[in-house]
Amino acid sequence: MAIEIEKPSSVRLSKVAISKTHGEDSPYFAGWKAYDENPYDEVHNQSGVIQMGLAENQVSFDLLEKYLEEHHEASSWGKGAPGFRENALFQDYHGLKSFRQAMANFMEQIRGGKVKFDPDRIVLTAGATAANELLTFILADPGDALLVPTPYYPGFDRDLRWRTGVKIVPIHCNSSNNFQITPQALEAAYRSAESMDLKVRGILITNPSNPLGSTIQSSILNDILDFAVHKNIHLVSDEIYSGSTFSPSEFVSIAEILRNRNYKDAERVHIVYSLSKDLGLPGFRVGTIYSYNDDVVTTARRMSSFTLISSQTQHLLACMLSNHEFTQNYIKTNRERLNKRYDMIIQGLKKAGIECLKGNAGLFCWMNLSPLLNEPTRQGELELWNIILNQVKLNISPGSSCHCSEPGWFRVCFANMSEQTLRVALQRIHKFMEQRKVCSVNR
Amino acid sequence: MTQTRYSRSRSSDTEKENTGGGGGAAMRVIVPLQGVVQGRGGLVLGSIIPCALFYFLQFYLKRHRNDLDDQNNSNSPGLNSTTGSASSGKLAELPALTRNLSRGLPSPRSPRGPVSVSGRVSGIVKGADSPYYVGLRRVKEDPYDELSNPNGIIQLGLAENKLSLDLVNHWLAENAEQVILRNGKELSISRIATYQPFDGLMEFKVAVAGFMSQVTAKAVSFDPSQVVLTAGATPAIEILSFCLADVGNAFLVPTPCYPGYDRDVKWRTGVEIIHVPCRSADDFNLSIAALDRAFNQAKKRGLKVRGIIISNPSNPVGNLLSRGTLYSLLDFAREKNIHIVSNEILAGSTHGNEEFVSIAEIMDLDDVDRKRVHLVYGLSKDLSLPGFRVGVIYSHNEEVLAAAKKLTRFSTISSPTQCLLISMLSDAKFVQTFITINRERLQRTYALFVAGLKKLGIKCIKSSGGFYCWADMSGLIRSYSEKGELELWDKLLNIAKVNVTPGSCCHCIEPGWFCFCFATLTEKDIPIVTDRIQKVSETCKLN
Repeated sequence: MAIEIEKPSSVRLSKVAISKTHGEDSPYFAGWKAYDENPYDEVHNQSGVIQMGLAENQVSFDLLEKYLEEHHEASSWGKGAPGFRENALFQDYHGLKSFRQAMANFMEQIRGGKVKFDPDRIVLTAGATAANELLTFILADPGDALLVPTPYYPGFDRDLRWRTGVKIVPIHCNSSNNFQITPQALEAAYRSAESMDLKVRGILITNPSNPLGSTIQSSILNDILDFAVHKNIHLVSDEIYSGSTFSPSEFVSIAEILRNRNYKDAERVHIVYSLSKDLGLPGFRVGTIYSYNDDVVTTARRMSSFTLISSQTQHLLACMLSNHEFTQNYIKTNRERLNKRYDMIIQGLKKAGIECLKGNAGLFCWMNLSPLLNEPTRQGELELWNIILNQVKLNISPGSSCHCSEPGWFRVCFANMSEQTLRVALQRIHKFMEQRKVCSVNR
Repeated sequence: MTQTRYSRSRSSDTEKENTGGGGGAAMRVIVPLQGVVQGRGGLVLGSIIPCALFYFLQFYLKRHRNDLDDQNNSNSPGLNSTTGSASSGKLAELPALTRNLSRGLPSPRSPRGPVSVSGRVSGIVKGADSPYYVGLRRVKEDPYDELSNPNGIIQLGLAENKLSLDLVNHWLAENAEQVILRNGKELSISRIATYQPFDGLMEFKVAVAGFMSQVTAKAVSFDPSQVVLTAGATPAIEILSFCLADVGNAFLVPTPCYPGYDRDVKWRTGVEIIHVPCRSADDFNLSIAALDRAFNQAKKRGLKVRGIIISNPSNPVGNLLSRGTLYSLLDFAREKNIHIVSNEILAGSTHGNEEFVSIAEIMDLDDVDRKRVHLVYGLSKDLSLPGFRVGVIYSHNEEVLAAAKKLTRFSTISSPTQCLLISMLSDAKFVQTFITINRERLQRTYALFVAGLKKLGIKCIKSSGGFYCWADMSGLIRSYSEKGELELWDKLLNIAKVNVTPGSCCHCIEPGWFCFCFATLTEKDIPIVTDRIQKVSETCKLN
């Protein structure tokens, strides 16, 4: 009789661990892999893949470096490091008061001083990714839903859903009105959630929008807030690109809308901000939640224990952002440079026969390649994306990974490279479009 | 199916009543049931009624449980954990009316009252009044200072080590400026400013793995590719809880334990903790028999245990797990097919003569065992840098590492800090000196403090690591209960003006034990502390 030898069963992982909700298998991230394997370099690898899928701001590093050169006290703790002791031991989830004050001031400056921010309502997190996830944990229970306008930042699928168990119900926007959010779209999304038996807990908007690269008009912000009030739900405004608006007058923060209403209905509004885009410091991991709701502030603060910012970094940035001269100059210069880049890419694409959505903010433009699709479907879009990645050697983000309901749109980043590299990228696009014209003529 | 509908409509009536209501409803079902029993109902009613009764019972129980949850969670009358939330101002001001209205609504879609937050918020409100937090607040308001506030509250409740900060201070004063931006090269912020791997720079992983090896006196060689870095050990524990257990599963945790586990393991994950009490008779050492009993009890209750979380050196008692115990633990985990998480954050803060054995040393058994053991570490304790937020998950389980890496997206260490610490940890001479001197100072201060307590007749469990003296003050408490313990804690805080952590915060089942952190005290401070405690201990003895 054969003796069955039992193989020791290997110990199992959780559903969260094996879930695919992290989204890293989507084209959004697949393109990055292609880039990692064959990255473009101006000198050493001129035929490599140019990364245009990463929304990073590298245009104003020199301003940061200049500040740090001239202000050694930011990087150390003074001669003999007297402040170091307290700093190294400081793990209070309230965060350094000086840093919160500096952040509040910076956020006010970005909004042209039109609103004031209370440092005691600022909760610090290690990046806006953590801030959005934290707010979702606080505002919604597992199985509930958040309404998010499309197209949206692909990372939301992970940040809002993965560990929280919350669902995203899209608010569909389309090109007929420049992808603006309408009251009808809001209503349709809410009804759609209801039909799926999902309890809607809030709306999450990104203003300026990623991937559209445009600000939301104040009339629409008012509509959205009215809708939130009417349905008695929360409104999260991710304003991570607020300092990257090309012209300061064109950005209206939800904080201004609230101020105009004397802060009535403010307890449902929460603002997310970060230094990753405006200051170009994603590696520092600095994000904030600003909430007008006391319960949310208290809970978020305690929950931030899972995602605190290094006290050393807080100290460094407190110094930098309290320097009024530096921040004024930075905000102004950064805007001008981004504007210049934007103009450059738009002109270049236009010359190649490509139209983009009219944008006024952010580190990217929203490009319309729908005329080039073999078929007006997601499949057609992915085919085109593959060609652009592998033949043209440009990594751009397909609209389908942003849940855009219309195929053929792509997000193209322009601030994470030198001007020279951007020129090379535009040349490649131009050549690609020329070749397609030739091909279609020959057919 | 009329009977079922009958019960259902009855139950929505009772929903609106907001009183128990269950008794009355039950009678309405029992009476027809009697008819069935007496032969009047027939087969159809005979099967429908029990089903309806069962359905109703489940529904009633579920609602009743919700009532209990609301009562337990609310901090003040009128706070509704499911749909109420104060817009601004104090929570206590929320009117009780909102609570009834919300329960009366059949669907959550008709908005009434303030905008609701998730169930996670209410637990936090309750936690704010635990002695741990109250003590921290009081110290903040009235902190002891030798010169400016000699009558202030002395903090002995927070596990911090200030004994060797001067060493780190000195290193930073000499090196910090250079390190952050330059590292010998041209000033270039792009090196640290841009997006980095979220689970930490490889250079930093190498430096941390090297440090961990030095801490274990080179008994273990840690592989940097098995390291995942997190913003502190707090997210490391939470990430492992997310990865190893599903909602509703449980971990076995020997007590007394670190109070933070309630937050780190349970709060957002929906995972349970089953406490496995250790006894003073065993010097609070881990008992495999107790683990086994707890595991079986959990099984009977239908609770699935996914792993054990141990601390070695343990917090707060400070004892070490022997090699033999570690082997037994591994056998146990293998037998039950569960994970082991070993929190070794105090490995570099051992101060006794006993040998510290890391579970990593015995991880080199067969593949299956390697896959079930996961180590947590960090620089908050051993390097006294809690503010810098550096935590480690170390595992040989590739699937766990892969999942954990992705989750570090939410808890990444700030890059300038990584750069600074790469330099510091790569300075082998500094590290060796620090570890040695730090241990000596811990040993000396511990001995002095224990001797001081002994003079007052207070005995401590022999500790070999960490910053706490785990002291038996049960002789001083009036009633041998948690209440008695908290009364003593209160006296120590308000009369002796010393903030200590009561054992109940650490889930110790024997009342009267307290944690005293000695690593924030200079030699001068110790007599001051013992004098203050004496004031209270005298009055307690008289009583």
